Amino acid sequence: MLKTFARAAGALVLTTALVQPAYAELSGTLRIMSDMSNPAPRAIIEGLAADFDAMHPDLTVEVDVVDREAWKSQIRNALTADAPDVINWYAANRMGPYVRAGLFEDISDMWDNGDLTGLDSVKGAMTMDGKQWGVPYTYYQWGIYYREDIFDELGLTEPATFEEEIANCQKILDSGRKCYTIGTKFLWTAGGWFDYLNMRTNGFDHHMALARGELSWTEDEGVRATFANWRKLIDMGAFIDDHQTYSWQEALPFFVKGEATAYLMGNFVVPHLREAGFTDDQIDFYQFPKIGDHPMGEDAPTDTFHIAANAKNKEAARAFLQYVTSPEVQTKINAADGLGQLPVNSNATVGDDEFLQQGFVMLSQNATGGIAQFFDRDFPAEMAKTGMEGLQEFMVFPDNLDDILERLEFTRQDVY
Amino acid sequence: MSTATSTRRWNPQITTPLLFLLPGVLFFLLYVIIPIGQSFNISFYKWDGLGEAEWVGLRNYERLMQDRAFEVSLWNNMKWLVLYLLAIPAGLFIALFLNQTVTGIRLYKSLFFFPFVISQVVVGLVFSWFYLPREGLLNAVITTFGMEPINVLGDPVLATYGVIAAGLWPQTAYCMILYLTGLNAVDPEQIEAGRLDGAKGWRMLWHIILPQLRPATFIAFVVTIIGALRSFDLISIMTNGGPFGSTRVLSFYMFEKALSEYGFRMGYGSAIAVVLFLIMLVFIAYFLWSMWREERAGRH
Repeated sequence: MLKTFARAAGALVLTTALVQPAYAELSGTLRIMSDMSNPAPRAIIEGLAADFDAMHPDLTVEVDVVDREAWKSQIRNALTADAPDVINWYAANRMGPYVRAGLFEDISDMWDNGDLTGLDSVKGAMTMDGKQWGVPYTYYQWGIYYREDIFDELGLTEPATFEEEIANCQKILDSGRKCYTIGTKFLWTAGGWFDYLNMRTNGFDHHMALARGELSWTEDEGVRATFANWRKLIDMGAFIDDHQTYSWQEALPFFVKGEATAYLMGNFVVPHLREAGFTDDQIDFYQFPKIGDHPMGEDAPTDTFHIAANAKNKEAARAFLQYVTSPEVQTKINAADGLGQLPVNSNATVGDDEFLQQGFVMLSQNATGGIAQFFDRDFPAEMAKTGMEGLQEFMVFPDNLDDILERLEFTRQDVY
Repeated sequence: MSTATSTRRWNPQITTPLLFLLPGVLFFLLYVIIPIGQSFNISFYKWDGLGEAEWVGLRNYERLMQDRAFEVSLWNNMKWLVLYLLAIPAGLFIALFLNQTVTGIRLYKSLFFFPFVISQVVVGLVFSWFYLPREGLLNAVITTFGMEPINVLGDPVLATYGVIAAGLWPQTAYCMILYLTGLNAVDPEQIEAGRLDGAKGWRMLWHIILPQLRPATFIAFVVTIIGALRSFDLISIMTNGGPFGSTRVLSFYMFEKALSEYGFRMGYGSAIAVVLFLIMLVFIAYFLWSMWREERAGRH
């Protein structure tokens, strides 16, 4: 069916073919199984497949789009029985089970031989056991999204330090609002707060050591300090009430109605805010403020493409991975009217959008500490689950901290 | 057929039913018995579902004993078992109430039966809206009485009861329909006889009606116990096991450990499944035993 695009996209073929050396004689079928199931990503993956199909007359490209949440457990079956050639997944620790089980193809040669240029900054996230197991295609920043109009009304400016953050928050509370909205029903949002508080309090390296299970949750002083900082905010009443009952989307109305002024969230929150009717004058973004004297680490979750070890058309799959990461394609798919996220290729152009531009500057200039993926991607699955449950409990009952930390420590000794 | 069958020789009367049973038995073996055996087997391994399984003996079970989340789940299962049984008297009460001939009674009956018809997912959603901390109907009602608003599903102590209450709604309707059918079969002559002897009200119910409803009660008991033990969808929809794992039951915990996004600890999940199976086995054995006893009593 995609063959019909071949002629329609003829012009595009000519332009893109110029930057695509080799691989002219790809043939057979390339099967892509993707989790890009939301409307915008879906259009992107289908467009990518159609374009790639059009570039290679002898190659048929088939795309199966699987629901993004369902894919998290379906990937196991997909990779073992009748594996597709190319699949979507996540960077860093999340690759672990599939790398160890030998289900992802080692593509270190592509990284070494210059097929993948401009990707140096994201290489680390694709590396495991000294080899590379896939390519990233998009990532996005995390940070504090806030109501610019309310900040202006109260005469507040973007804080750079935790003291300023707290001083701002006190003024917001005095005006009868909450400082932060959050919905922790599905736990991971609390993980975001911990990531930032811990990276700022103890530094990126400490955070990663904790993720690798090298530090004790009960013994380590740094961990305690992080929770003490968090507790300052909790005791002030900075977070909305009953957040354990809401999903992250259900926590949005507090922000929209102005009952809470800020939201620590990933950039994917922006389309929701614009849909709610906010203009760029009303909302803005700042980097999570500094706490200790450490270079800033940032959360920037990266989504990826991999080749299945059991793939049938690995040659075409490799060509596709190279195609997806090329600067032109990166610019196009991550543009504001596409995924609306950040391109992974340093030679690509960042979308013309206030938030993308700020995020890009932040990650490329002021994230010298390092780039983390996110709590539930950096910590092993079981540690992440127990951990985030403990973080949620801490946000509701901060007095239970000792008990929570003991539980986390128990899990840590079991998991690693 | 009531005599002992052990001395019978192979003959068509025996072999024909056996042949007819064969496909059923085969599939029962394939889909029920063998997987149970596999669950027992996997529970002795540490396995992520992909790589090599590592034999760990009873370690999964030892860890279960120390696992607080498991303890919470087990207790919640007990709460479900006990409180879910309230559906039986409630269903009986509604059935007695509806068992009369008034204009439009069919409509009332179907309205009462309605919650059982709609999906559990919808029930869960409706109740979670009902419980919402700010906009929910429950808080609107209790605040008009001057009470403090409560966040039922956000409170680790109350949440499980909140979910059980949601489950009782359709389960009561189920029990009601069982009793309504049972009441149709109540012998009017016995009621008449009871009335002549001066029985009415509670005495009539207890001594004349209820004994005749025994089959309905038995079925209601069976479906309610099983319903309580497999409670999963409501928890998944309403609280997702939270807040901080306080509404988990064994089936949900097993799912989380073995099959959810953060799971894939097949051995540990299987160990939970085995425990759940053993608990169910107690009830199933009891049911089978009492059915067998009834049948035997029926023969003599």
